[in-house]
Amino acid sequence: MNRLITIALAAGAVLIGSAATAGTLEDVKKRGHLICGINNAVPGFSAPDDKGKMQGIDVDVCYATAAAVLGDANKVEFTPLTAKERFTALSSGEVDLLSRNTTHTLHRDSALGLNFTYYNYIDGQGFMVKKDLGVKSALELDGAAVCIQQGTTTELNLADYFRSNNMKYQPIGYETAPQTRDGFDKGACDVLTSDKSQLAAQRTELKNPDGAIILPEIISKEPLGPVVRQGDDVWFNIVKWVLFAMINAEEAGITSSNADDMRKNSKNPVVRRILGVEGEMGRELQLSSDWAYNIIKQVGNYGESYQRNLEPLGIARKGSVNDLWTRGGILYAPPIR
Amino acid sequence: MKQDSTTNAPATPWHRDPGVRALIFQAMLLLVVVWSLGTIFSNTVTNLENRGIHTGFDFLHEIAPFAVGFSPFIEFKLGESTYWDVFLIGIQNTIIVSFLGIVAATLLGFVIGIMRLSPNWLVSKIASVYIETFRNIPLLLQILFWNFAIFLTNLPGPRQSLSLGETVFLNSRGLYMPRPVTESEAGAWIVIIVGIAALIGCVVLYRWAKRRKDQTGQSFPVLSVSLAIMILVPTLAFFITGSPVGVELPELKRFNFEGGMQMPLALFSLWFALSTYTAAFIGETVRGGIMAVDHGQTEAASALGLHRGQVLRLVVVPQALRVIIPPAISQFLNLTKNSSLAVAVAYEELVSIWSGIALNQTGQALVIIAMTIVVYEILSLTTSAILNFYNYRIQLVER
Repeated sequence: MNRLITIALAAGAVLIGSAATAGTLEDVKKRGHLICGINNAVPGFSAPDDKGKMQGIDVDVCYATAAAVLGDANKVEFTPLTAKERFTALSSGEVDLLSRNTTHTLHRDSALGLNFTYYNYIDGQGFMVKKDLGVKSALELDGAAVCIQQGTTTELNLADYFRSNNMKYQPIGYETAPQTRDGFDKGACDVLTSDKSQLAAQRTELKNPDGAIILPEIISKEPLGPVVRQGDDVWFNIVKWVLFAMINAEEAGITSSNADDMRKNSKNPVVRRILGVEGEMGRELQLSSDWAYNIIKQVGNYGESYQRNLEPLGIARKGSVNDLWTRGGILYAPPIR
Repeated sequence: MKQDSTTNAPATPWHRDPGVRALIFQAMLLLVVVWSLGTIFSNTVTNLENRGIHTGFDFLHEIAPFAVGFSPFIEFKLGESTYWDVFLIGIQNTIIVSFLGIVAATLLGFVIGIMRLSPNWLVSKIASVYIETFRNIPLLLQILFWNFAIFLTNLPGPRQSLSLGETVFLNSRGLYMPRPVTESEAGAWIVIIVGIAALIGCVVLYRWAKRRKDQTGQSFPVLSVSLAIMILVPTLAFFITGSPVGVELPELKRFNFEGGMQMPLALFSLWFALSTYTAAFIGETVRGGIMAVDHGQTEAASALGLHRGQVLRLVVVPQALRVIIPPAISQFLNLTKNSSLAVAVAYEELVSIWSGIALNQTGQALVIIAMTIVVYEILSLTTSAILNFYNYRIQLVER
């Protein structure tokens, strides 16, 4: 009986304690590593390489955040999440940061208690079909069975698209990207729909990649980016500016290989501010002055990350929306000053 | 004597009185429990408010922004059906697969259990191997195996469907069968009513045959006669009323068959995996139940001149059932709960479309998970209640 009371009291104390949420920045510093929610099954965005290290432009945001906050890009623990689990995992505090090809929408921004920082890839939804069906346009898909990943915006865009074009479809909804691809590959459906960048990656993993084609239509806007919990502005600012720092570094021509040299010799005030030689940028974010230097030195700028992860999949960047604004794209980071 | 000692002893202080102490401890415990629950509740509400999440049941009336593919009894219309409809469809699909699974697992399990006890070496070894294989492999793995490795890989695409007389088709998308369509409503009702009358007739026949057997010992072929009545009488009514029910055949369109009655491959795989897996457990339960019947019963029955089939049917199984039913209930409940693994093969049951898709698209985790829990709770309690009632009926009546 007495023991029961002790247990109940202890349980009560724990619950009261959890009502007040501490700042994520302090939590990460105290823990000594960052916990990052990722996909782990989309090549180019997040997938392990042949040595088992996570690679991709989504996980690079995790590495960059760890470099900025802890000074070491490798102090990251990855938590693979399905599309359905991701928001609950973030809002319950299971992960510090969600960098998992997640589309920014009004609903998610407001009703789910999340904050989208900025975009690390701007995508759009497309369709992939088996060549032998002879389909040339998405408008010919009336009555098709469509493989889709559950709990995504893809699911909603698909419904909207078929509804507005007066077409019917049979949804075949799987939980993970590999299952969805397997279903399509083995003939559980006629069409696979996802973000176009993912379709390109998925296609390379089919048994016979040449037997499938990606249809020309883009049916949605999918601005993908890292997400944090609402109500922690310090952490929100840090993740947002980690991404901005990567983009600004590319614009200023700072790369992982010339960062040391530029830090010592550059006379350019923009470069000096980014690398923490001048100004108080790091302190204002509650970080050390070399926060951005660590990102660039250890992870690289945005262009390097893209080059390393997405170019091998054949997703060209030159002149696309994901290029810098100075080169015809729409990637536009506010100045670091 | 007893009264003496209490009146003469110095009065016990109230805090040493065991009765009072017990009461105080009970009250303290109650307070702690209430306070903990209250804290959990208020914490949840505060945390949700802090993150700007609004919870409640309002979203149930909103239009579902995604499509549901398989719903045989409730119509789903994209752009008109609400989240509430999605919830109902989820329950419906869970019940469908659980019901089909329970029926198949029971039949198969019974056969396996009896086979395992067979005096024939080969037959009993086949049953042992079956049980040891299916019981020892994780269910999710079996579901994935049947769906991806066996059915999807081996069945042809829609255009090369296997067909049975051009009316029933099987392909990698599922099974397509003709569907009855009513052409004259009044006629259809007449056929249904005649069918019910035939059924009642069979029950009366069964009662009469039983009474006659009890009195005179003569048996009557109830089964074959009932079967004939059940087939012939409604068929006759069907033709007399001028075929009020037609059939709609599945028809091959650009991508797949449309129309007719459809059973998606996911349902088929899930059903297959759930029944074969649960049958292994039921088989063991059946074996245990039969072995619990004293061997003397079998010997006595044989001595009366009953052959092996009769011994089983009339003497052993009725006594074994009272041992078999309670553990079998657990297996039925397990099967129902295991149906939530459906998402792996894209079958649209409650967990998949409700606490999966709907939760993700609305963010209403608390409400949706609570509703899901309540549904499983009700399904389980109902199954238990039905079987417990049956169990109560077949218990040995002690005189």
